[in-house]
Order: sequence, then structure tokens, then C-alpha cells
Amino acid sequence: MTMDYAREILQGSPRAVARLMSWLEDEDERAYPVMEEIYRHTGKAYILGITGSPGAGKSTLTDKLTRTIRRKGLSVGIVAVDPSSPFTGGAVLGDRVRMSELSIDPGVYIRSMATRGFLGGISKATADVVKVLDAFGKDVIIIETVGVGQDEVDIIGLADTTCLILVPGLGDGIQSMKAGVMEIADIFVVNKADRAGADQVVAEVCARVDQDSHIKVKDWTPPVLKTVAVEDQGLEELWQAIDGHRAMLEKTGKLHEKRRERICNETLRMIHNELFRVVREQLQDSGQLDNLVTDILDHKRDPYSIMREITGKWISLPQHQKETS
Amino acid sequence: MAKKIKIIVAKPGLDGHDRGAKLLSRIFAEAGMEVVYTGLRQTPEMIVETALQEDADVVGLSSLSGVHNYFFPKVVELLRAKGLDDVLVVGGGIIPREDYEGLQKAGVNAIFGPGTPTTEIVEYIQKNVRER
Repeated sequence: MTMDYAREILQGSPRAVARLMSWLEDEDERAYPVMEEIYRHTGKAYILGITGSPGAGKSTLTDKLTRTIRRKGLSVGIVAVDPSSPFTGGAVLGDRVRMSELSIDPGVYIRSMATRGFLGGISKATADVVKVLDAFGKDVIIIETVGVGQDEVDIIGLADTTCLILVPGLGDGIQSMKAGVMEIADIFVVNKADRAGADQVVAEVCARVDQDSHIKVKDWTPPVLKTVAVEDQGLEELWQAIDGHRAMLEKTGKLHEKRRERICNETLRMIHNELFRVVREQLQDSGQLDNLVTDILDHKRDPYSIMREITGKWISLPQHQKETS
Repeated sequence: MAKKIKIIVAKPGLDGHDRGAKLLSRIFAEAGMEVVYTGLRQTPEMIVETALQEDADVVGLSSLSGVHNYFFPKVVELLRAKGLDDVLVVGGGIIPREDYEGLQKAGVNAIFGPGTPTTEIVEYIQKNVRER
């Protein structure tokens, strides 16, 4: 069966969307001509990041926030990332458990993704899958990251607005002073706010936000909100805060700036990946890699000079030889 | 990037026991598959929509409450209606042997009863899953 995937996607076929996403995850070459076709239809969706530690309630909050957004008449795409096993490569993707009822809402498209060895809180293909949902016409796209610790902050490269979900009981005020994940929030959400200790978390995060205001002048002071996602409390306020952040980004030109930076990084990353793939394939297929590794192991050579030799040779090759080699 | 088998593990109907379904989810993940676990109380429509959006290669249904004769064929029917006829459908749980034939006629590819070695299920899936 040959199918015009780009046309199918632009005409609203969820099946074509699903298959294209699989190809992107698999780095299957069939994906790229379709992406080239649909790319000009991207850039319309507003992209939200939901991140926070495991068990903070990201999936439940995503579910309830999506319902809130749907009540505004907007369609939603959800990309929910869960970790792959470093041993078997398998994964249990459980985010949909909290979103069961959304699966039959035609205005919502949910895709679960495994990290497949990617360590920044999302997967390698997440950015591409977001673009597919964008071209598919979803108004708002929510990226739910894996449960993060302190340093998995790749989401800021993808999201227009990043919400960090915190919960009571995960440490004192010193935790909230640290660098890393605490720095990336455009909006802080203290979920499970009906539990003991919620006010303390709010106070500590507010203290951090206040410290920030003494360190540098910013266009935006991250609000600190309380939610009880399972009880559907605080979601309307969260949506208002997201809307406020978006309005600020648009007014100050920051949205444009952010997206420009994203495109710059993405383009470089794609070139990097493709170059790496071609060079690796060539080294592997010719058996050269094996010999080099043996030489390094035997201390006849070192990896630094090999790196310089191979990249130097590659860069100095004439164009037509790069294409055929 | 190696292709991964993507499997939906779902509990259709109202039964509340998912110990087996959760264990199987772990076993499939251990075998290197990407498992989308849907949780309890799924309607056939929810399961099929999930399979569609996730581009699932396999749908695994678990039933302990005697509703398999309705739910399993219904899932197959809806999958076919969406053009997903190459998705492998396997079932398990408490299913009387005399129901196997009917379910298979209705398009369920395989039924695995209690006591089936889990390696047998994994091998069956690996051998019979579609190319994409």
C-alpha cells in the first residue's frame, strides 16, 4: 500500500500521523520526505512542557489540564514520555492510565514515547513528533517529560511555556535554591496541595522566586500555583497563568526569539546526527572502526589523534566524494 | 535505531483485577518491547483508539470476568473498521477452552490461558508480529 502520508496527515488521518511518528522514532528514512512536505504547516501550535519528579502527578495534571483546554474549544496533542530500560531497551509506558477518557475525544491525540536511551527527560524524536501534531492541526501540544531529578532540562528547548510540578515532602528550602530543574520553570505548580507541607513548599519556592528578582531583572516572575489535580482543583488558574506567560512572550518578542533559537539548535542537531550516522556507518562497514579500537586498546594509537584524523579527512573531501562514499 | 514491537495491554470491561496484566506488561518490556498499559475498565473504543494513536503492532487483552466473548471480537471488529487489520490481537485470562475456537474465528489471533509459560507468549508475538 502506498499512501501519500503528507496529504493524509494534512487531511486529518490519525493513522498516517501514527505511522509517521513510528518512523521518526525508528529513524526510518521514509519519514523525511513526509516531514519536508508538512513542515510548512508547523509553527501554529502552542507548546507546553510539563515536568517534575516521578509521582508528582504529571499525567493526572496533563489529563485535567487537557480537559480544561478542551472546554475553551481548543484541540490538544499530548506527547507522554516514559523511560526505556537501559538493560533490555523495553519500556512500560503508563501515562495513558490517567488519561483513559481522553482517548476517545476526537479533539485529543495522545502518543506515548519511550526515551530509548536519551537522557534529558524527553526522547530524541520528541521534537519531531511535536511537529507532526502541530501540522496535524492541534492548537495546544503538551509534552509530559519522564519523571525528572535535578538536571533533565531538555524540555526548555522544546516548550514555549514550561511548568514544573512539585509536591510536598521532597526536601527543604535548600533543594529549591539549587541550579538545574528549578531554574527552568515559567510556572511552578505545587500539586497534591491538600497534603501536609504544601504551604511550606509554596513558601520555599516563593523565596527562590524572590531571590531571583534580586539577582537579575526579568520580564517574567514565575507564579507559584497550588493544584489538586485528582480533584480538578486549580487547573483553570493554571491555564490562566499559561495564557499570561504566552501573552508576555508575544508582547516582548520573546516567543519569536525562543522559536528562532529552537530552529537554530534543531538544524544543527540534525546536521550533527546525519554526519555522525554517515561517518559511523562508513567506519563500521569498512571494518576500519574495529582496527582503530584494537590499536587504541594496544596503545599503538590514541582516540584524540584518530578523531582529528577522521574529521579532518572527512571535511577536506570534495563534495561528490562525500555523496558517494 | 532498531525497531521496537509496540504492544497495548488492556483490561476491557469492568473486572478489577490487573495483577496478571501488569505482570505481562513487565514481561513484554523485559523482552524489549514498548508496552502501553491502559489500565482498567477500558471500552473497546478506547482500546482501538489507543492502538490507532500509538501505531501498536499488538493488542493484548486480559479478561477474568467472563466478558471475553463480547469484548474480544468487538475489539477485532473495530480495529478492522479503522483499517488496522494487520494488528495482532492476543487474549488471556480466565477463558474456557470451549470458547477458544469461537474467539479465533472472530479474528483473535491467539488465546493464552492460565499457566501458559510467558516465554511462549513472547515468542508467539515475536514470530507473528507485522512488519511496518
